[in-house]
Amino acid sequence: MTDVALRTTALSKRFGGLAAVNDVSVELVTGEIHAVIGPNGAGKTTLVNLLSGDLKPTGGTIMLGERDVTRLGAEKRGLLGIGRSYQKTMIFPDASVFENVRLAVQAHGAAPLSFMRRAAGETALRERAMLALVKVGLGDRPRERAGALSHGEQRQLEIAMVIATDPKVALLDEPLAGISGADSRAMTAFIGQLRTGRAVLLVEHDMDAVFAVADRLTVMADGRVIASGLPDEVRRHPAVRAAYLGAETVA
Amino acid sequence: MHPVVARASLIILLAAAAALPLIAPTYYLQFGTKVLTLGILAMALNLVVGFGGLISICHGAFFGLAGYALALAAPKYEAASLWLTLPLAVGVAATAALAIGALSLRTRGIYFIMVTLAFGEMLFYLFHDNKFAGGSDGTFINIKPEAMLFGVNVIDLDKARVFYWVVLALVALTILILYLLTRSPFGRALTASRDNERRARSLGFSVYRVRLTAFVISGALAGVAGYFAAAQFGFVAPQMLGWHQSAIALVMVVLGGQRGVAGPLIGAVVVMGLEEYLKGLTEHWKLAEGLIIIAVVLAIPGGVQSLIARIAPERHDD
Amino acid sequence: MDLATFAVQLLNGVQYGLVLFLVASGLTLVFGILGVINLAHGAFYMLGAYVAYWLTLKTGSFFAAIIGGVAIAFVAGLLLESLFIKRLYGRDHLAQVLLSYGLILVLDEVRQILFGKDVHSVAAPEFLRGSFRLTDNLSYQNYRLAICLFCLAVAAVVFFVIAKTRVGMIVRAAAENRDMTRALGIRSDRVNRLVFATGIALAALGGIVVAPLSTVYPGMGDQMLILSFVVVVLGGIGSVAGAAIGALLIGLADTFGQVLIPSAASISIYVVMAAVLLWRPNGILGARDL
Repeated sequence: MTDVALRTTALSKRFGGLAAVNDVSVELVTGEIHAVIGPNGAGKTTLVNLLSGDLKPTGGTIMLGERDVTRLGAEKRGLLGIGRSYQKTMIFPDASVFENVRLAVQAHGAAPLSFMRRAAGETALRERAMLALVKVGLGDRPRERAGALSHGEQRQLEIAMVIATDPKVALLDEPLAGISGADSRAMTAFIGQLRTGRAVLLVEHDMDAVFAVADRLTVMADGRVIASGLPDEVRRHPAVRAAYLGAETVA
Repeated sequence: MHPVVARASLIILLAAAAALPLIAPTYYLQFGTKVLTLGILAMALNLVVGFGGLISICHGAFFGLAGYALALAAPKYEAASLWLTLPLAVGVAATAALAIGALSLRTRGIYFIMVTLAFGEMLFYLFHDNKFAGGSDGTFINIKPEAMLFGVNVIDLDKARVFYWVVLALVALTILILYLLTRSPFGRALTASRDNERRARSLGFSVYRVRLTAFVISGALAGVAGYFAAAQFGFVAPQMLGWHQSAIALVMVVLGGQRGVAGPLIGAVVVMGLEEYLKGLTEHWKLAEGLIIIAVVLAIPGGVQSLIARIAPERHDD
Repeated sequence: MDLATFAVQLLNGVQYGLVLFLVASGLTLVFGILGVINLAHGAFYMLGAYVAYWLTLKTGSFFAAIIGGVAIAFVAGLLLESLFIKRLYGRDHLAQVLLSYGLILVLDEVRQILFGKDVHSVAAPEFLRGSFRLTDNLSYQNYRLAICLFCLAVAAVVFFVIAKTRVGMIVRAAAENRDMTRALGIRSDRVNRLVFATGIALAALGGIVVAPLSTVYPGMGDQMLILSFVVVVLGGIGSVAGAAIGALLIGLADTFGQVLIPSAASISIYVVMAAVLLWRPNGILGARDL
């Protein structure tokens, strides 16, 4: 039995006359990495925005497990277990690396807005935060100012923030952008590990990475899904070749 | 600056301030009280501006409302009870902050600034155009509030020294409250919302709730300041609610540097001191003050404290 | 209230709204294109009125006052932009708020030095004095009608510039998406200076035009500032059409408020503002949140 963590049905987003996302139905299954690819302007980031709650849809529904989250804002969805990394790295640059992740854990803690600093709760928080940092490879530099990290390291930090909250669904919007070479391979391998116990949506342009980790592949163009299924099938799909993979050599 | 140095200097400053009544003549004592009161207002405002990243130009309204609450609750020729009127005044200010904040925080950026300005002015005109509180002439508070305990007035606000020490104690209390608040999970969520609102939301923080709470606390503290300002001068006028009052508080926040809790207190000292000095120089002191503000904004983005910050970069603690 | 009274109040409300529009459109242009919040906008309205008083006194002609006043305001705007305002582009709102506040203190004191604290009245031009009869008991001032027509004419010019010219296109683009417009590099020093000067001149023009209606007094700038802010918030920042709608709403709300519920009149406009904001947090025609 596949465990569908997140499902959209006929999801759309219109801006005036333009349909950025048009009638998109996808499923994210726990334990799988579902990659979404497509040319620029295909609506991939808009789709992620709709799933994370940064944008409200103009049509369609989004189900998180049994729950209809279509009308819920980003805050509520964050608490219900949808984590997200942004195309343009969204961290707290003036805070330390550790503080960034600690905040993520705090948000999901028992009393995220409490006026008191509770010592006991603090320790548990700290441990969870450090764990996430170690997992992404930043465990040795918790005190550094987040804004001072390199671009790639900031991306790692953002992933740490996402996994620190132990989400059921992780939405990754171009996590490899601006990273290349060995760092890129390391990050790809890391993303591959993320699928354990959660559903991962991966929007990416880096085809090597996509075909290395994707369990499922969806191709979008002009706001619509033009093909979806197992990566090997999709890459042979004629519409896909025509619209997107056409000129590129795919190994 | 290093936290230990900052804390030490603050304690030294407060101790020096406490000793002031022993050496200074009454005029300076009253001036000092006024500065301290405005310092509380500025620190309260900073919770929202510096820590919250929201530019509110309506805090004068909370300041003035508390003063008016005292004026309206105080009997004409008797002393009001401090135990009753202070909570009342603070409650009024906090309620106004709740109402204004609930509406204004639905807006962002420039809209927020304009909306707070408008609501502040609304309250100004309410008191200015209507007679129930003296209209544009204001109202007097003839006798200072008293704090009765077992038939004895334990806080004799008629004595300038006592009034000064009471306000100084409140300054210290305000600093303590704000310090604890900003380092609590709530405070961290507030600054996170300031630094990256979208990310804070995405993590699951209820940004609206955090900000509204900060706004109300800030309004309540501004109310404390307003209560004692009114009690000190025995007089309230619509100007206390006006946006010039709010703007000057903002100047104090900026001059003091927005990132520290006690910074605005320094800002209050600087601004009031500057005004006193300029008033002595020329009758057109406002012109000079305006030019100085313009110069400061153009030259120093971070206020007086940032000069120090440039020498000793802040450590980021957890 | 009977029909004639209603008609008069309606006309008053519209006239008030038109003047508000004049002033508010300047404010929304400055914010929309330059991204600068200018608290001193009201001070220019006030100075416009005082300059009108002074010029009418010196030259005996109200028309000279209009032309002279607008010219002075425009030049002052050019100067201020090159000295101070241009340093505010891209800076945080707090800096802008404070700098414009400092500017208010300066301008207020300048007025004090030049004209003192006195309240003055300005005589309307000869041919516009008097009123015309609506009914046996009610008449309407000629000058008020003239203001309506004048403001409509200026509004028409503004709308034409916005709709049909290149500069206008920039205004519209900036109202929709300021960051994008800036990113596209559609800005030059000269355009900025002109926009600011125009915004100031519009505020001053409002003050000049209003001067013969009531008194010229030191606090008139403060009031107008708040009102134009409310109008801009209502209509949506950067949208001149929004400013028109907002101005009319406020003009009518205030006028009828004064007549129907005088004690609550001062807060009626804020009630309207609060109601609109609950419905549209970015104003009626402001950029819609995603």
